[in-house]
Amino acid sequence: MYVAVKGGERAIANAHRLLAEDRRGDPSVPELSLDQIDKQLALAVDRVMIEGSLYDRELAALAIKQARGDLIEAIFLARAYRTTLPRFGATRPIDTASMAIRRRVSATFKDVPGGQILGATFDYTHRLLDFDLIGGQRNRATSPDEPAPDGGDVAPGGDLAAPGGELAALGGRLPRVIDILDRDGLIESEEPDSDRRAVGDLTREPLDFPAGRDVRLQSLARADEGFVLALGYATQRGYGRNHPFAGEIRVGEVELELRPEELGFPITIGEITVTECQMVNQFKGSAAAPPQFTRGYGLVFGHAERKAMTMALVDRALRCRELGETPASLAQDEEFVLYHGDNVEASGFVQHLKLPHHVDFQSELVLIRTLRAEAEVRAR
Amino acid sequence: MDGDVPLLRARGVTRYYGSRVGCRDVGLDLWPGEVLGVVGESGSGKTTLLGCLSGRLEPSAGTVEFRQRDGRVVDVLRMPEPALRKLARTDWGIVHQNPRDGLRLGVTAGANVGERLMALGARHYGQIRSAAVDWLGRVEIDRERVDDWPETFSSGMQQRLQIARTLVTEPRLVFMDEPTGGLDVSVQARLLDLLRRLVTDLGLSAIIVTHDLAVTRLLAHRLLVMRGGEVVESGLTDQVLDDPQHPYTQLLVSSVLQP
Amino acid sequence: MSAYNFAFLDEQTKRMIRRAILKAVAIPGYQVPFGSREMPLSYGWGTGGVQVTASVIGPDDVLKVIDQGADDTTNAVSIRRFFVKTTGVRTTTRTDQATLIQTRHRIPETPLAEGQIVVFQVPIPEPLRWLEPRETETRKMHALEEYGVMHVRLYEDITRHGHVETAYDYPVLVNGRYIMRPSPIPKFDNPKLDRNPALLLFGAGREKRIYAVPPFTSVRSLDFEDHPFTIERWDQTCALCGAADVFMDEIVVDDKGGRMFVCSDTDFCERRRGR
Repeated sequence: MYVAVKGGERAIANAHRLLAEDRRGDPSVPELSLDQIDKQLALAVDRVMIEGSLYDRELAALAIKQARGDLIEAIFLARAYRTTLPRFGATRPIDTASMAIRRRVSATFKDVPGGQILGATFDYTHRLLDFDLIGGQRNRATSPDEPAPDGGDVAPGGDLAAPGGELAALGGRLPRVIDILDRDGLIESEEPDSDRRAVGDLTREPLDFPAGRDVRLQSLARADEGFVLALGYATQRGYGRNHPFAGEIRVGEVELELRPEELGFPITIGEITVTECQMVNQFKGSAAAPPQFTRGYGLVFGHAERKAMTMALVDRALRCRELGETPASLAQDEEFVLYHGDNVEASGFVQHLKLPHHVDFQSELVLIRTLRAEAEVRAR
Repeated sequence: MDGDVPLLRARGVTRYYGSRVGCRDVGLDLWPGEVLGVVGESGSGKTTLLGCLSGRLEPSAGTVEFRQRDGRVVDVLRMPEPALRKLARTDWGIVHQNPRDGLRLGVTAGANVGERLMALGARHYGQIRSAAVDWLGRVEIDRERVDDWPETFSSGMQQRLQIARTLVTEPRLVFMDEPTGGLDVSVQARLLDLLRRLVTDLGLSAIIVTHDLAVTRLLAHRLLVMRGGEVVESGLTDQVLDDPQHPYTQLLVSSVLQP
Repeated sequence: MSAYNFAFLDEQTKRMIRRAILKAVAIPGYQVPFGSREMPLSYGWGTGGVQVTASVIGPDDVLKVIDQGADDTTNAVSIRRFFVKTTGVRTTTRTDQATLIQTRHRIPETPLAEGQIVVFQVPIPEPLRWLEPRETETRKMHALEEYGVMHVRLYEDITRHGHVETAYDYPVLVNGRYIMRPSPIPKFDNPKLDRNPALLLFGAGREKRIYAVPPFTSVRSLDFEDHPFTIERWDQTCALCGAADVFMDEIVVDDKGGRMFVCSDTDFCERRRGR
């Protein structure tokens, strides 16, 4: 005799317990600490901060641990936590020109004031699994053809940029490469909107179309890395080509300044690491104005060049409307890009298919049985 | 009162593409029941003009006014978009050169023809379907094809289906862009015949853009000849074609191959 | 959970959502955009419904949560636990004792009363979405009542199948003006929407839309005069309580294809059986 199934509550509670066990894994294996995740899986932490729209390394590390390494799940945790945080105010725009540079490269000129600073990068490594990394602390063994690290890095064809020396001559700041082009009027200048409206906030207001560039950039910054990568890649392969050059990529620390109403003057509340990419793109011209290079922009938390670069590529692609270009590909389709980049939304909706749908399915069954019965009658 | 105001009046319609002239300073009056032909070679500006007149392109200068059924005259270029869209679905018709641009390819012929009726509130399936069947007959498409998809139609049939879809609500003004372009000569002839009959039967006004003088000879009462974005000659079709005054018109007329 | 505000959301957010709800109630069937927040539940799993409920729930409310008509399907349990944790309100499985009912995919069989609020979880709010993927276009179509294309879809279904092919989330015309998706309730439940004494609220978290049907508002399922809207019927009655005109779950009981049918609404079934 069929008895209506009960016990959903207990099933869920047990499922949570099982999850906690699986998360911990074999108890004889040392438990991960947040510090280990933050320091040794730093780039994973960066990604969770970027797409979670939340700059807090410890929280991001916790999210990664709780999510068992599933970064999209960790990003979800970060975002849900962010919802509960009260908002005190907004900082002033960060000044990336006064960034404490850890890494800075430009592909547009062989050499630039301040030099090409390679920093710590995967770029010129050979992707050979390094079995020396197995098993904890070891003396660093350098192979014969690698020079011992000497504290300075040599960029291909570039100067050795000794921080302190050249930098001092530049007033302690590394001027942006783009500014060289800007000074000669070769690249469109980037000015704030003339209409003085407030900057949009994607985390507080629903998307509206046509979307302003501020909202588009926010959306791209927190969009799924793979999604933006694929779109950026597609533009390079002809789906809305815009002839990009990496004008500048810089990674380093910037100060955050907040101007509390009670004080009436700005105070520095801390510093964050950001990665900034400025792309130089195909030049435009019109009847009124002579040709100039155009721009794409990318800015993300932490050290994430790939994301910053692809963000800049897609930013430029989405500017087709204001630059008078005919959109030819999905990467230039604002609605498509902005709606589908959010992996928390995407993941939720895809996985919701696991929820019970037996009532809708029953409706379908009734309909299909009716249609088949009618077809049978007609066939006789 | 009605007789004093044209159905469509355009003055000084100008449109630039950067520094290039699309059309410049074009004026025209279109009266009820009248078919106006706009002829020229590609690049003459005739398609640009059509776009501006139908509110789909924004001109750099000029005015376009349309007299509605209630007698009120509206400024097409300054109309709010909702009103313009409504106009385009009811009192205006558009026949695109490529019928695929004017059809819903994913639904049946019957649905294509019935859509405008449903948009206006028709709610009886049987009646919508028979109206569609009726119209298929009027544009000489086999009525049995009412449940077929346009994909399965020849291009001539697709064009006739597009015409049925647009005319089903009996609009007062129809814009046509090269309606016979891309069709075989014999198919063209049949289509032109059909259009001529429909225009007369329904008392339509139309603006037909074409490079083909034969089309204008058959359909248009009056002509505008365009070249380099400007109107170089205008007048009654027969007069302009039989006795062209402007050298360019003479060139056009003389270059039409005589059978 | 004491670190969190009552019902999880902060008061500013609740105010924002209530404003959206008020606008929705003022324009029956119209989709109001709102700044949906990330919730501790996945998008697609009811965050819109949860945000609406969180914005209207008060300490004296009695909450019922159902999914597929049942109180103890996993997602209903999960959502109910969330509200117990964040509000401490009383919960019930009895439709007639609830002041606030959050539901996924069903309207209870027990008739609702004035003063009750039903919150529906909506995956895709836009009825024209399958005909027109662009939001900019569909917003214009609603504004201009350009609904011809909706009936084209119905016409096509009748041409091809003799029936409208939609079995759930069947589009309706609200208050004679806006076309709306009632969420994936079976069309069997559509007639319950018409002039319902309760307030019906619809929340789509991922798509960031809220809409509403105020009490006693006309809701008509789209159809043709000569092909009127019809609902599902079963030959069987409920194997547990004997009810006839209710929506049934089909249970497969053995591996020879044996089946039985039971009420989808578990509360309704239990009460008929005197439990």
